[in-house]
Amino acid sequence: MHRVAIVGGGTGGTVLANRLADELQPEIEAGEVDVRLITADEHHVYKPTFLYVPFGKKTVDDAKRPIEELVDRRVTLTIDEVTDVDTERKQLSLAERATALSYDQLVLATGATLEPEAVPGLAEGGHHFYGPDGAEALRDELAAFTEGHLVLSVVGVPHMCPAAPVEFVLMVDDWLRERGLREEVELTYTYPINRAHGLEPIADWASDLFEERDVNLETFFNVDEVDPDAEVIETVEGKELAYDLLVAIPPHRGSDLVTAAGLGEDGWVDVDRHTLEATAAEDVYAIGDTADVPTSKAGSVAHYEAGVVADRIASRVRGTVPTATYDGKTVCFLEAGMDEATFIEFGYGEEPYVREPSTPLHWAKLGYNESYWLTARGLL
Amino acid sequence: MSNAISPDVTIDSRGATCPGPLMDLIGKVKTLEPGTVVELQTTARNSTTDVPEWLEEAGHDLLEIEELDDEWRIYLEVN
Repeated sequence: MHRVAIVGGGTGGTVLANRLADELQPEIEAGEVDVRLITADEHHVYKPTFLYVPFGKKTVDDAKRPIEELVDRRVTLTIDEVTDVDTERKQLSLAERATALSYDQLVLATGATLEPEAVPGLAEGGHHFYGPDGAEALRDELAAFTEGHLVLSVVGVPHMCPAAPVEFVLMVDDWLRERGLREEVELTYTYPINRAHGLEPIADWASDLFEERDVNLETFFNVDEVDPDAEVIETVEGKELAYDLLVAIPPHRGSDLVTAAGLGEDGWVDVDRHTLEATAAEDVYAIGDTADVPTSKAGSVAHYEAGVVADRIASRVRGTVPTATYDGKTVCFLEAGMDEATFIEFGYGEEPYVREPSTPLHWAKLGYNESYWLTARGLL
Repeated sequence: MSNAISPDVTIDSRGATCPGPLMDLIGKVKTLEPGTVVELQTTARNSTTDVPEWLEEAGHDLLEIEELDDEWRIYLEVN
């Protein structure tokens, strides 16, 4: 029996499990292969939904489905927390299970974790839309916000969905205009480096739109501390910025499991960027946010990486040389307001081209979000 | 390594694309005492312009940029 263990039931882990169920169907049915998905959460969460929650366009319940409904019945589903990875003995320890689980091939898809407490005062003084509780609290705050200074500050880099902070600012600008409140609200966007985004074409596109829509842009802005009582942000560069409503992208970290297993610092697994195989251990792969590859922490990355790793694992199971490789493909829809969006795609070493925003692309983004559940099932 | 400068702290950001090396540097500099000499190793050409700009903004001193084969060593002193 060849045992494939996948840790993490987000986009990467779920797509991969379903792809392998299809790809290895004959071997699974013959009892030669076991594909096991281990996840601590009974629900699968589609995080891009949270961007719409503060504006009342979606609810947090829209973002989740029972993982049991999404995973192919040929996959062994284990709801449990992996507490230790031993890559020497090829074993996993689980919280609820007395004996260790052995694997032949392991995929880590444990995602990214928010860490607002890494910056003093941020958890108390800031809001965010990167999780269910944060998105709901921001929705309530935004509904009551009629005047003052709204600051969107990108505190942590890298973070999930690099486009989302720009999207949020363009959406909130439009949302306030629709309510006749835009004149009463000053909007500021801050970013740690010397432009509005890590990718230059997006930075240029966003900077032009910010100017058009009267959004202040602060660059080289690295938040050192937030004073929640005085409502002031202090930066490493010695700047101070007063706010009335702070929406912050919190620092992110990877999984402690990864660090403890010696697979990478900060919880991101060091991998070959093309094969997605861990550099520090044999027969270990990482996909999605967990993999330390030079592209975005985005769902599309997890999706394409899952396809590549499914092919590589299937080749190993069959004793053939794996040839599938990941070329850095990343695809993102970007909202440019409440009813228009653009679309970018790029790979390693490529610069994205930002198309003129349009209403059809906005509807394409919403349509994709709805059909996402087919993606998770491995059908799209 | 530069002959003239012996760093107290070395940050290996080789392989990381922009803005990775700059963010690695900013994260580390926050924790260092004034006077600490740092070496940033990077393979991202953008670092050679982004890092000096940030150092000026944040008030730290650029000491030297050394070019090797497809990678750079940026030396600075924390103020």
